[in-house]
This record gives sequence, C-alpha cells and structure tokens, in this order.
Amino acid sequence: MIKRLAGCIREYKTPTIITLILIVLEAVIETFIPFITADLVNRIKAQVPIEEVIKTGVFLVALTLVSLCCGGIAAFTCSKASCGFAKNLRKDIYYRVQGFSFENIDKFSTSSLVTRMTTDIANVQMSYMMIIRTAIRSPLMLIFSVVMAYVMGGFLATAFVIVIPVLALGLYFVSRKAMPAFRKVFKRYDRLNESIEENVRGMRVVKGFSRENYEKKKFSKASDDICQGFTTAERIVALNTPLMQFCVYFNMIFVLIVGSKMAIESKGVALDVGQISAMLTYGMQILMSLMMLSMIYVILTISTESFKRIYEVLKEEPSLHNPENPVMTVVDGSVDFEGVNFKYSSAAKRNALENIDLHIKSGMTVGVIGGTGSGKTSLVQLIPRLYDVTDGTVKVGGKDVREYGLDTLRNSVAMVLQKNVLFSGTIKENLRWGNANATDEELIEACKLAQADDFVRSFPDGYDTKIEQGGTNVSGGQKQRLCIARALLKKPKILILDDSTSAVDTKTDSLIREGFKNFIPETTKIIIAQRVASVMDADLIVVMENGKISAMGNHSELLEKSEIYREVYEQQIYGAGGEDDE
Amino acid sequence: MMSKPMAGPGGKVAGVPKGKRLDGKCLIRVIKFFFKCYPVLAPLTALCILFSAGVSAMPSIFIQRVIAAIENWYKTGDWISAKAEIIPAVIILASLYVVSLIAITLHTQLMAYMTQGFLNKLRKKLFDGMQNLPIRYFDTNKHGDIMSHYTNDIDTLRQLISQSLPALLQSIAIVTVVLSLMLWFSVWMTLIIVAGVIMIALISKKFGGGSAKYFIRQQKATGETEGYIQEMMNGQKVVKVFCHEEAGKEDFDRINDALYEDSYRAHAYANMLGPINMNIGNILYVLVAVAAGFFLLSNFQNLSISGKAFHISILVPFLNMTKQFTANVNQVSQQINSVVMAMAGAGRVFGLMDQQPEVDDGYVTLVNAKVEEDGTVTESEKRTGKWAWKHPHSDGTLTYTLLQGDVRLSQVDFGYEEGKDVLHDVSVYAEPGQKVAFVGATGAGKTTITNLINRFYDIADGKIRYDGININKIKKSDLRRSLGIVLQETNLFTGSVMDNIRYGRLDATDDECINAARLAGADDFITRLPEGYNTMLNNNGSNLSQGQRQLIAIARAAVADPPVMILDEATSSIDTRTEAIVQRGMDKLMEGRTVFVIAHRLSTIMNSDVIMVLDHGRIIERGTHKDLIAQKGTYYQLYTGAFELD
Repeated sequence: MIKRLAGCIREYKTPTIITLILIVLEAVIETFIPFITADLVNRIKAQVPIEEVIKTGVFLVALTLVSLCCGGIAAFTCSKASCGFAKNLRKDIYYRVQGFSFENIDKFSTSSLVTRMTTDIANVQMSYMMIIRTAIRSPLMLIFSVVMAYVMGGFLATAFVIVIPVLALGLYFVSRKAMPAFRKVFKRYDRLNESIEENVRGMRVVKGFSRENYEKKKFSKASDDICQGFTTAERIVALNTPLMQFCVYFNMIFVLIVGSKMAIESKGVALDVGQISAMLTYGMQILMSLMMLSMIYVILTISTESFKRIYEVLKEEPSLHNPENPVMTVVDGSVDFEGVNFKYSSAAKRNALENIDLHIKSGMTVGVIGGTGSGKTSLVQLIPRLYDVTDGTVKVGGKDVREYGLDTLRNSVAMVLQKNVLFSGTIKENLRWGNANATDEELIEACKLAQADDFVRSFPDGYDTKIEQGGTNVSGGQKQRLCIARALLKKPKILILDDSTSAVDTKTDSLIREGFKNFIPETTKIIIAQRVASVMDADLIVVMENGKISAMGNHSELLEKSEIYREVYEQQIYGAGGEDDE
Repeated sequence: MMSKPMAGPGGKVAGVPKGKRLDGKCLIRVIKFFFKCYPVLAPLTALCILFSAGVSAMPSIFIQRVIAAIENWYKTGDWISAKAEIIPAVIILASLYVVSLIAITLHTQLMAYMTQGFLNKLRKKLFDGMQNLPIRYFDTNKHGDIMSHYTNDIDTLRQLISQSLPALLQSIAIVTVVLSLMLWFSVWMTLIIVAGVIMIALISKKFGGGSAKYFIRQQKATGETEGYIQEMMNGQKVVKVFCHEEAGKEDFDRINDALYEDSYRAHAYANMLGPINMNIGNILYVLVAVAAGFFLLSNFQNLSISGKAFHISILVPFLNMTKQFTANVNQVSQQINSVVMAMAGAGRVFGLMDQQPEVDDGYVTLVNAKVEEDGTVTESEKRTGKWAWKHPHSDGTLTYTLLQGDVRLSQVDFGYEEGKDVLHDVSVYAEPGQKVAFVGATGAGKTTITNLINRFYDIADGKIRYDGININKIKKSDLRRSLGIVLQETNLFTGSVMDNIRYGRLDATDDECINAARLAGADDFITRLPEGYNTMLNNNGSNLSQGQRQLIAIARAAVADPPVMILDEATSSIDTRTEAIVQRGMDKLMEGRTVFVIAHRLSTIMNSDVIMVLDHGRIIERGTHKDLIAQKGTYYQLYTGAFELD
C-alpha cells in the first residue's frame, strides 16, 4: 500500500528530498547553538576582551542565518511537496474512476468517492507535511541534544536518562488509550453529520408531521453521546500537558541543584554557568522532540484510515476491458440477445436477467414495459456494454459488444439514463456533450426533435442559459427533454430511452415519439416506459417480469396473449382498477 | 416540485451576507456564551491558566539566585555554604511547581470537558433553532451550505475554545510576567528584546497577510474542486455513456493544478513564519548575550527596577527569558490566524442562530374529543379517534369544533418572491371526505397550493379556512398534525423500516404500523426484505427502489391517520401495475378523508370528486372527470392525448 501511494509523489520527490536535507541541517545547527552560546556565556563571565565576545556573537548570528535559510526554504519545498503529492493523488483517483465500469462505480457510492477525493486527501496532505517536516527532525533533534548534553554536562545529563523514558512511556500510553476512543467517536460523529443532512433534506417531512421536537430529542441524544465520547478521549489526551510539564519542571530542579553542586564543588571545571544555561535549553529541545514524535504517532493513526480508503480506489481494477483489436465501426442498429443471463455482482444470489433471447432489427421501435424491478433497465444497459453479461451474448450490428472499442460502441448507442444529470454550464455546453463539434443549427434541430426548443427559447438567455449544479433551475420534464436532445446529437444508430419521458406530459411525449418516427427512421429506438401509451405504437413490445421476458409482440397481439399487458392497459386507459367514480 | 425559488435572485434573502459579520462582536458573543455555559468552571479554568503561566515565567528569579550563589561560592568550592542559599530557593520553586502541576492538570482536564460540552450545547442550540425555521429557509439555502455550519464552522470554534483562547491567555500572561521580570533585571536589555519582538510582529503581519490572501484563494479553489468532483462523480454514469472521460480529465487537471498553485503558496507562507520567527528569536538570544557581555565588560551603568547592577547572574536568566518571550510572542502570532477563522465561523453560526424562526401566533389547538350524546363536543385526555379544534375567544369563552376536514381556499394570491405571483385568485372548496385533484404542467402551481394549506408558506392575499377556522389562527404544529402529507421526493430517515413508518405517529404499536403498511401495499415487499420490518435503512433508504420508498412514505402517512391528506405525486414512481394494487389500499386509506391529490398520471386522479386544472397559477377548469371531458377543454386534450396517440 505504502509503495503504491508513494508512487504518486512523482515529480515532487525532489522537493521532498531537499526538504529532508535542509531540515537535517537545521536540526544540526539548532543543537549547536546552545553549545556555542554556553561558551559565549562562559567567556563573558571570564571577562575576555570584548572583541572575542563579538567574534563569537557574529559567528552565532551567521549560524542562525544559515538555519533560517534552511528553515525558510524547507518550509517552501515542503509545502510544494505535500500539496503536489495531494494533487497527484487527486488526479490519480480521478483518472482511475474515469476508467471504472458501472460495476466498479456501484461498488463505491458517489458520496464515498467524493469523500475520498476531498477529506481523505486533505488528511493525507497534512500528515505527509508533518512526516517530512518532523518525522526525521524530531528523532535527530532528540539524539543530537542528548549527545550534546552528555558532551557538555556529563553527569548532569542523567536528568534526561530519567525523564525521557518517563515521558516516552507516558505519551505512548496516552496515545494508545486515546486513539481507539477517538476512532470510535469519529465514526459516530460522521453519522451525526449524516443525520443532520437527513434532517435538512427531509425538513418538509419533519414539519409536515410536526416532528420538530422529536427531531430535537433525537439529535440531542446523539449529540450528548458524541460529547461524552469526545470528552473521554480528549481528557486522556489532556494528560499529555501535565506530564510534559512535570518533566520540564523536574529537569529544571535537577539541573539547578545538581548543576550548582557540580559547578561549585569542581570550582567551575566540570561545569560552569554557561553549561547550566545550555542544559536547560537542551532539556526543552529533547522534551519538545518527544512531544512531536507522539504527535506524529497520533496523526499517522488518524490518517491511516484515509490512506487505506484512497488505496482502495487506486487498487480497484476496472472490470471492463477494451478488446485487443477492437472493431471500430458499428454497421447498423440491430440488437440481438442470445441466451443472456446477467447478475450485477458475482455475489448476487439471483440473476437480474434470465434466459433472454431477443432480436431487434435495425430501425425498429421497441417498447419495453414491466413493473419495478422486472429487469427493464438491466436489459438495455447491456447494449452499450455498461455491464457485461454473465452468460450468453449481446450483439450490436451483428457483432458481440465485447468486440467493439468501448468508445465506438457507446458513440453509436445513445442511452438516456433514468437517473439523468445535467452539468453546470450553459444549455449549449450541455448539449455539446453529445457532439462537441455540433453547429448551432444542429443543436436547435435536436432540441426541436426532443420538444425542448420552445421552452429553451422562452428563457431570457435562450441556449446560453446557465444550468445550475444538479440542474435545479429546470423542471424535471425540461431536464428529461434536454437529456434526450443531448443523446440525439450523437446521431446514434441505437437510441435507448430509459423511462426518460416520465415527467413529460403525455402530449409532448407523443410529439417526441412522432418526431422520432418521421425524422430518425433508420435509428433503432428502444423505449422503456411506465405508460402503455408511450409504447403501444411500437413495432415490438417486450413485457418484462422478474428478469424474464414474459411476452413479446405488437399492441394488439399482446392485448390478446399477455395478461399483464392487458391489465396494465385497461387500468391506465379506463382508470384505477377499471372502476369509475360514478 | 414547487417552483424553484432557489434559482431566483431571492436565493440570498435568507443567507448570511458573506464577509459582513467578520467583526469582533461575534467573537465576544462566543466567549460570553461560553462563560454563560460554565459560570463557575470557566473563570476557575482561566485562573488556573493564569497561575500556571505565571509560575512557568518565574524560574528566572530562582535561576538568578542560584547562579549568583554559584558565582559567590565556586571559587572556594564551598558547597555547604552555597547549599544554604540554593536549597531554600529551589524548595520554594519546587513547591510552586507542585501547585502549578495541580493547576495545569485541573485546567487541561476542565478544558477538555468544557470544550466538548460547549460544542454540544452549541450544536444543540443550532439544531433546535433550525427546526423552528420556516421552510423558506431550506428552500433558499443550499443544503451543503447549511451543513457546513455544523462541520466547518463549529470546527473553527472548537479550535478557538480548546486551543487558541487558552494559548492566548497563557502567552499573554507569560509575556506580561516575563516583561516585568526583565524590567526588574535590566531596562536596557529589555529594550533590545522589545525591538526584536516588534520585528517579529512586523514579519508575522506580512507573512500572515500573504498567507491569509492565499488561504482565501485556496478556500475558493478547494470549493471549486470539490464542486467539480461532486458533480462529476454524481454524473459519472452519464460521463461514461457519452464517452466524456477525456474531456473531463482535461477540466479536472486545470482545476486541480489551480488548487495546487494556491494551496502550496498558502502553506508556504504559513510554514515559513515558524522558522523565521524562531530564528529571529535565536538571533535575539545571541544579541542579548553579546550586548550583556559588552555591558558587563565595559561596566555600563545598568538601569533596572530592582536597582541590580549588571552581573553574570542576570545574564543567564535573561537569556532564558528571551527564549520564553519570543516563543510566546510566536505563539500569539500563530493563533491570530485561527482566531480570524473562528470569527468568520462564529459569524456564520450566529447567522443561522439569529434567523427569524417560523412565526406561529396560532392559538387554536387540536385536542382529543368526545362527543356527548346530546351532540356537544368536550375535550378528552385519552385518544378517542375523534379530534376537535379548541378555540379560545377574546371574550374568554372556549368553543370546540369537531375536526372534519373541510378546507376552503378563497381568492388566494401567492408568490414566493415579492411581486412575482405564482397563484392568482385561487379558490378551492374541499368538503369533508372529498377527493380533490390538481392537474397541470410543471410550474403551474399545484404543489404551491399544498404548501399553503399546511402553512409552509403564508398566503399573500385571500383566506384559507379549515373547518371554518382561519388557518392563521391554528397552531402550526396542530394544523400540520391534522394533515398527512406524502411527497414525490421521499425522505426516509436512518433507522428500521418500522421506525420509519412509526414516524407518522410515535405511539403507534407494531401492529398498527404493519396494518398501515398493508393498507399502503408495502407489506408485501417489506416482508421480503432480509430482515423484514427490522431492516435498517440508511442514506435515505438507498437500498430500496424509488417506488418502494414511496410505499413506505404512504404507510407513514397512513399510520398518522389524519383527517386530511395531501398526496403530491405520491405514486409517481410506482409502476402502474403495482399502483393498481396499491390503489385499492389507497382508496381505503382515502375513505372518509379529505384528500388533495397531485398527479401526472390521469388514471390516478380520474375518480376524484373534483379536478382542478391549473395553468400558470390560475384554475382554468374545474369539475368531475365527466364534466371536464364534456367540456372538451384542456383536460380533455390531456386525457385524449394519453391514449389517442396518433
């Protein structure tokens, strides 16, 4: 996993390495400064000539300036490295998803993909920054400081021998105990936010049932629960500060007593005032390094989940593959299903489609009808190879869909999805998804055919009207018609409408179908609909039930032989259950 | 759905004007609120922080004493005599430390406790307030934006309360104490440090400004990237159907690169501040040492509060204080950023809290009713199955009106935005038990009418009466309790199927819920779910089909057993065959109730008592199915369009 993720650093390896080198340099200088300062203090005390003091001073300032440069440049390169790493990760995930099949997408939900590309990457970016800035620096500082302290202070450095294990153990236990508590409550916290979202979205239901108080109580309970979880975790972490402070205090007192005793007894030979002062500085540096290390541990554990979730996407293999020598043209719009069985995932118990044999000639209009979950959508999704069949073959233009290049196939098979979306941008831009080079005349022509031209023109900005994100500023019926126009612009050999006129009124619906008949007669049209009216003039009507074709034929044939069809027809034409209100 | 007020220029009406509230007032309000939540603990914590800060600034005095002692005795090497001076000083220091450790433990623990408690209270207050906001607020604000109050904005406050404020308090206390100690030792040397600190402040300001500029740009770029990702992930299937992957990659790269440019600059500025300030601190340290050396060697006249002369014993603690001083000034400058962010967050949080709640000056309430033999209606404590409106009058009398479900709209005008009427002169009379249907194109105003009956929005002109009572006089919650509502867009809540049905009436028994599900025709598929009625739904029931969700929503309304029902495209996603099955249940459900039905499918509404055809907010035709067919108007066209195809 680490290897795969580290592979995304790519061009940001150089800034990363520069950062590491500079930071090591900075750490070295920083541990030297107290050493030289101690010397300076001792010289002042020994009343050496002022020039010498100034000389040491200048040397120290120069050192500090070098350290400043190192630190400054490292800050810059490290920002570049971490932001660049995040950029590459985001790009890799995005590109990966572009290569996904529908099956892959179904596996990750949309929102989980979004979280992975936003929150998770932000976490990884932060922890990467932390790691390259401190993961090397802190242990180095720790080691250098201890060594220098021994060189200078000798026995006095024993203070650290006592303090370091105490602090290290303490920090370790705090992190060990706090982390699981945090992880538990973080999950609950996410759920709380989800439930707020649910509440906001469902506000009409909440208010409609006057459930404001119920919601408040529900929320209050969940919120209390989280508060308690967080408090427990935070209180464990809060132990860090007194622990750290204890070590600082201990160090101070130890140095003062033992140091002064050593200094006096040795008459300033073993130890002098300057060293005492330096020992205090080293003490701080050591403790800070330990603190940093424990922070790295915490941050790494928090971001491990994010790392894992990003890795999951990166390692996901697209389940559809382009053939090696793809067929590049689709001859005509004929479709053949031969002995097709299909299930959405190999783990599914039941087939979504079973034993489908269906032959559609090029240019035919085919209606598909059936109840919810009868397999209508599953059936047509196999044609543009959104999914691969489990058994049997689906042929388009006489060739197995698996032999075509995906782009070739999908450019010839236009499918208007049931859950369709428009993208933010103008209407024109949205339509050009169908054909990037379409002229304005072609756009208008397609819109006329989809019965969208009139309402588009009624907007003040006409075809340049901006579509809001999610297409909120057009009605459901208008959206459906724009989606149809967009698909028509592909000039497809096969056009599939998956319940795409459900929000369009019946009159417009029939106008659209009439247009298809007159203007794109050679295109194969497959129409899934709830309304019998939408399919009853088709050349062939397929009635689906429980993943099987229950009956096939034209309207009059089906009225005779299919009970389901007759039932639906009568019910829709003659009113609910055939009863009249009088 | 309703006409989209979201798209209009009124979209910002209820929103918080961005950037306007960025003043200290909100910050003070946060702090006030915090102290109000913990009137005893918060000041106690502040005291503990101040005390421990003071103590951590103290050692300089003791170091000075100890070093003075060393200086005194080291030439003779007389530890015994020195001990008499050193040990008492260290003991005082040690005891101060002990007390300080207690104070630190206390305030860190209290802080952990209070921060979470405070956030909890804030969250609840925010949520409670939000429940009382009018529907208009939710229609005019993006849901993601509302959500970010709970996530990002509250997070900035967490940062403020748990870290920035204590750190600031502590740093300011330390800086004050250290500054006075420094003046105590030497005014001259203090001046050097102050000069250095001013430099640190200037640099921080410059870098802070640069960092703030890029952070704002980064924020914007992040928003753009996330928006793009959201949109493309949502439309991923469409992308694939249109083979639009490559074009999408290009756009993504552009946006992603732009984000990188802004974010690395923002981080670079912020990250550079640390090493720069720290090293200025180091330089200052050296300068102080050199200057002190100079003073010492040249026998410069010291100026100090204590009147002490320059001595090596001053230098060592002074050097220590220099470090402490610059470290704490750094600390303050680093917290400024998060304080600014918290200000913005607090502004938004209070913006939501200060939203005008839904006004409800209704005084007519809904009570359980008992009908005496002589026909008089009295209030009952128990559920009787009958309801009455309890109507207190201005002369002090009380009347009870039996709830029947008679709804009358007379000459109603309404618009979501001022000056843009959506409904004109709409009158609808629904007698108890009648089924009233609305037909018309999208945007004709069908849903708007139902929004007015349950007072999601208030009418501009005209009257709506419910059982003869003006609905403005009825308490909103009681009004809505008497109206069952099933919407096209079904919203289910996390919980079991049973919980979701019970949402309609919280005290319904399992059997009642199951009966309601049977009535709605939902029982069949529910029992086939892996765990039947106990199957958990999450993510708005994403494991169910749209049709199944609608069935549960209908069951939810059925269990509420309201006298009036509003079905807004409630069966639009149920296929007609299933609908035919559901219809029987629905008919039973509608029996004896006043029902408003909106449907595209004419088969759903054909048997209504009265059908209203709406066009651009006006009722253009009304009558029974037969009447309207005979009229040969718009309804006739719609109807015939449905089966006379060519």
